[in-house]
Amino acid sequence: MDFTFNEDQTAILAAVKEFCDEELAPKAKETDEAEAWPAENVRKMAELDLMGVPVPEEYGGLGMDFLTWSAIGEELSRACSTTGAVYGAHALAVVPIMQFGTDEQKRKHLVPLAKGEHIGAFGLTEPGAGSDAGAVSTKAVRDGDDYVLNGTKIFISNGGEAQTYVIITSTDPSRGARGLTAFIVEKGTPGFQFGRNEKKMAFPSLPNRELIFTDCRVPKANMLGRENGGFLVAMRTLAVGRIGMATGAVGIARAALEAAVPYTHQREQFGKPISTFQAIQFMVADMATEVDCARLLTWRAAWLKDQNKPFEKEAAMAKLFASEVAMRTTTKAVQIFGGYGYTREFPVERYMREAKLFEIVEGTSEIQRMVIANHVLRELNR
Amino acid sequence: MNTVVCIKQVPETTEVRVDPKTNALIREGVKSIVNPVDENAVEAALQLRDQHGGKVTVITMGPPQAEEALRHTLAMGADEAILLSDPASRGSDTLATSYALAQMVRKLGAVDLILCGKQAIDGDTGQVGPGLAERLGIPQVTFAIGLEVADGKLRARRVLDDFFEVLEVKMPAVVTVVKQINEPRHPSMRNVLKAKRAEIAKWTLADLEADPKQSGFNGSPTEVIKVWPPEKRGGGRRLEGAADEVVDELAKAIKDMNIAAG
Repeated sequence: MDFTFNEDQTAILAAVKEFCDEELAPKAKETDEAEAWPAENVRKMAELDLMGVPVPEEYGGLGMDFLTWSAIGEELSRACSTTGAVYGAHALAVVPIMQFGTDEQKRKHLVPLAKGEHIGAFGLTEPGAGSDAGAVSTKAVRDGDDYVLNGTKIFISNGGEAQTYVIITSTDPSRGARGLTAFIVEKGTPGFQFGRNEKKMAFPSLPNRELIFTDCRVPKANMLGRENGGFLVAMRTLAVGRIGMATGAVGIARAALEAAVPYTHQREQFGKPISTFQAIQFMVADMATEVDCARLLTWRAAWLKDQNKPFEKEAAMAKLFASEVAMRTTTKAVQIFGGYGYTREFPVERYMREAKLFEIVEGTSEIQRMVIANHVLRELNR
Repeated sequence: MNTVVCIKQVPETTEVRVDPKTNALIREGVKSIVNPVDENAVEAALQLRDQHGGKVTVITMGPPQAEEALRHTLAMGADEAILLSDPASRGSDTLATSYALAQMVRKLGAVDLILCGKQAIDGDTGQVGPGLAERLGIPQVTFAIGLEVADGKLRARRVLDDFFEVLEVKMPAVVTVVKQINEPRHPSMRNVLKAKRAEIAKWTLADLEADPKQSGFNGSPTEVIKVWPPEKRGGGRRLEGAADEVVDELAKAIKDMNIAAG
């Protein structure tokens, strides 16, 4: 395992950091409080070739690996978590089309996604299906060369703003998870509408919308993977998505640590900077250690993916650990800031609210533990 | 439209430290960057290219490591970059620098426009752009905050202390730009990778058939006698209290300073 970045990666990460420090970070509070789609940030990410980092160059991407994709995502989330979340959610459409799309589907749908001309979103969750992906009830019924979709997806990140949606439907309800099929659905398709945008604890500028399908006709040409092979599409997508979520969590945890440390030097109590108190030092030490652990787990999962090795367990570990680290680290950061940390003057209370998302989204911590336990109980039962 | 942009690599700090013995800048331990307003000049050139087509060539004179500054402009989207690096150009003042750059422009041949930043954050002279125009015998416009090209003519909006001035000049011309002219773009990742692999042409004074008497120390009549950091300004005095008392106190203070008369 080698996480040494080569010259290309180093140059790219330096350029991304500069963009993040100069463009995203100074406006992060504004971006959050606008409660509006961060269109300008997304446009800039597209201009900078950041919307197709892992996509092969022949499909308009940068042709880099998922490790680089993750390292870039951490930088974005560290500077502006909303923008980082858009980047992560976009990948949930990019990844399945990259992995399961035909050449024709890639030319039509992946190229504009990779260039950032289109934004992507992934629709699996329903009121009755989240952790239990097999319980999807959005139906797709074959009718000639089309499939007719009926049903509702909820909480869909980038929903409403995205042009390209990968939707998991049920084509054979009798077979449960083995009766699911993935489709690419474009915004503007008749019968495809957007419902309510959830009001959340944090991330008000990231849309999480309902997608409503009413007799929505989708051509068979938009089927992604095999018919009834949608569970595999969903699981493969979510596995990469978990690396993305771990990445976002590391970014926010790092932002909290990087906000807290300078404050410990500035803030004086009992005539001394609080950085001289062991209670504070131990908190800082734990935060820094955990952020590093979370990043290493995340990079390991990305690296395994890049080596075409199994990475599902490692992605679940990274997602589980990084999201819980984000929660602990941001909570400690608020504690270090004390009363000021509880105010909206400082970003740490926002980080703390944002961190909670990561313990829930794309498989709760409990689901991650189930996934990990399934692997471990099998692997070690020899 | 072929534009040449002249840039300078400078230390990234506004608190320049000076070696008291040699009067030269202390460069050790200080990151080098493209002089900020030169990035605006590059951006202006890229925008003109986007509108009118053509090519943007970035040139600089400096030590071998100035190549990094050129690569940054290639990452921004410039087409070509040339480094003039020659031990014999060491010690160049603005006269020798403008001579060397003029030789570079001459060697490049057909050039429609030459852009420079208003001045560099290290030397702060603002002389190289105008010097270059003089050397080349072409029109110059300094402190441009806006640029338009139409019918082979250049229309530039200059920002001066308390007014704007719009000038129309024939091309080729030299224009120096101010920071407010635009917002330099961030390099795209594709361009970052391209810039890393790009060949940067390296020229020497011999390639330019430069006159040794006009180059480096020999061509630099300027002698820096002393350089020192400005004295820190005093903190001023803050008067507090009831308005009447404060006004009296202020009036007295002004009288004491003897500046109210006349």
